[in-house]
Amino acid sequence: MLKFLRDETTPVDLLVVGGLVLLALVVPVLNMLVAESSALHMSTFGVTLLGKYMCYALLALSVDLIWGYCGILSLGHGAFFALGGYAMGMHLMRQIGDRGVYGNPLLPDFMVFLNWQELPWFWWGFSNFGFAMSMVVIVPGLLALVFGWFAFRSRVNGVYLSIITQAMTYALLLAFFRNEMGFGGNNGLTDFKEILGFSLQADGTRVALLVATLISLSIAYVICRLITASRFGRVVVSIRDAEDRTRFLGYRVEYYKLWIFVFSAMIAGIAGALYVPQVGIINPGQFAPLFSIELVIWVAIGGRGTLYGAIAGAILINFAKTQLTGIFPEAWIFVLGSIFVLGTLYLPRGIVGLGRRSTQ
Amino acid sequence: MSTPPASKSGLKAKYSAAATQVEVGADLLHGAILYLDGITVSFDGFRALDDLSLTIDRGELRCIIGPNGAGKSTMMDVVTGKTRPDSGQAFFDRQIDLLSMSEPDIAVAGIGRKFQKPTVFEQLSVFVNLELAMRADKGVWSTLVARLNGEQRDRIDAILETVSLLEIRDSRAGVLSHGQKQWLEIGMLLMQEPKLLLVDEPVAGMTHQETDRTAELLMSLAGEHSVVVVEHDMEFVRSIARRVTVLHEGRVLAEGSMDSVQNDPRVIEVYLGE
Repeated sequence: MLKFLRDETTPVDLLVVGGLVLLALVVPVLNMLVAESSALHMSTFGVTLLGKYMCYALLALSVDLIWGYCGILSLGHGAFFALGGYAMGMHLMRQIGDRGVYGNPLLPDFMVFLNWQELPWFWWGFSNFGFAMSMVVIVPGLLALVFGWFAFRSRVNGVYLSIITQAMTYALLLAFFRNEMGFGGNNGLTDFKEILGFSLQADGTRVALLVATLISLSIAYVICRLITASRFGRVVVSIRDAEDRTRFLGYRVEYYKLWIFVFSAMIAGIAGALYVPQVGIINPGQFAPLFSIELVIWVAIGGRGTLYGAIAGAILINFAKTQLTGIFPEAWIFVLGSIFVLGTLYLPRGIVGLGRRSTQ
Repeated sequence: MSTPPASKSGLKAKYSAAATQVEVGADLLHGAILYLDGITVSFDGFRALDDLSLTIDRGELRCIIGPNGAGKSTMMDVVTGKTRPDSGQAFFDRQIDLLSMSEPDIAVAGIGRKFQKPTVFEQLSVFVNLELAMRADKGVWSTLVARLNGEQRDRIDAILETVSLLEIRDSRAGVLSHGQKQWLEIGMLLMQEPKLLLVDEPVAGMTHQETDRTAELLMSLAGEHSVVVVEHDMEFVRSIARRVTVLHEGRVLAEGSMDSVQNDPRVIEVYLGE
């Protein structure tokens, strides 16, 4: 496998992984060792912002894997991200213990507020970090498995599939808004105190979370690259380009789609789990169809079917969003729409396509 | 990374179980590789195939001709599992009931198909196109860990040579000419090592030389494989055909040598009387 890794590594891959590792080494120094008065100091706010971008990059990577390589346009991938986020949020809620507003050692604040007497069964076990982390991948993976099983077996393709993924995330949005669901209703889960015993407000924890995100992104990138470079990856591309032909060569197309979809949902779940402790909240808004559409735009603008394009797109567009919403918040949605239209017309292969065209 | 033996053998068992399904009521014509009996397919009341019965012998090269809408492509769809007939029977290699199998199962069992419109994986290289077509375990896990060995590379190179694409093995399939794509698809068929090849309009868009070489290639395949060719180009059919079947309105209108078929008054009427 190492030999395979060496054979299939391109300079861009080294650049991506090298860049991420470099960030993981440099940012802690800039934040914690460089004096605050220095121009090189990186604020904790900046660290968290960067961490957020990296979570989005990981999410974009998962979308590119299925859309760019397999042609499955999911307009509901935010749902898997949110489910991973909720699993992490539930763990963090349990870590609050009796430090909540109501000081109830057994129940999170919102349950006390709703007059619930005991913890619902689906919250059991979430005080255990290992259990919660396994749920981060299991829950999105299971939803993807069930959803994909029905969709791919019935050969739902193209725009129809996109529409039902959109419906799926919208249904979850409505469900999670309800207080009776037991996930904090429209307020979601927030007011987290600590993770693994470290205060979430501490600079060191923030930096550690960023580093964890960077490492996760690097590992996910390498795994995705291994998958796309394998024969499995080529079968997936052939499904994207000529599904019938692939089937007549003897490949069970629906299984290939199913497994790559499930794997992608798991990555999205991990991205969500890394996101929640850094931004400090998870609420049903994360299930909003608009969010899922936005992240597809990141991938389209970055350049799909490349993996690194998705990462670049997610970081660039979210950086632009942060800058622009600071100046003129109402304009962002129009800017995003324009970027998408112009990108589709003039940059069909995305930002990274520009570089590739000039090298050819 | 090592392959867990359980899952791999499980997959294999699943494929071979499908491939060796025995139907007791099957009509076991000796020597027949493909046996269709009473196949009827209708789309919204239109009978694309109307009680079609057809037998292809082992090692035979059969040409199927007929006007547009005669049911040639529908017949191939039925044989490859794409279309389920309303009634009838279809058996492959004596015992395999095609009507109970999915497209991938049928492909693995040994029926290869070339589409009317050349269909290759345009974003992948010529070499990889052949690699994907290669007869191998096509389960998800096997392809994830599959590596080509020297023998397999040699085999791909040999096929590349056969279809004259060796020099451009690393080009993207999308940049090939129409004729080259046809050849690549034929090469992909050969990689599958099928017992029966269904070839839909193999010489459409080919130059004269290309057509001649395709004729040679198909004739060299017959014997070891059984080949069914659907073609409009009568000159081409005449150059390769030993036996010709004429389809018309979803039925077999005539069958025999090219000469006898061409002189059959019913065939003349169908072709000229329109």
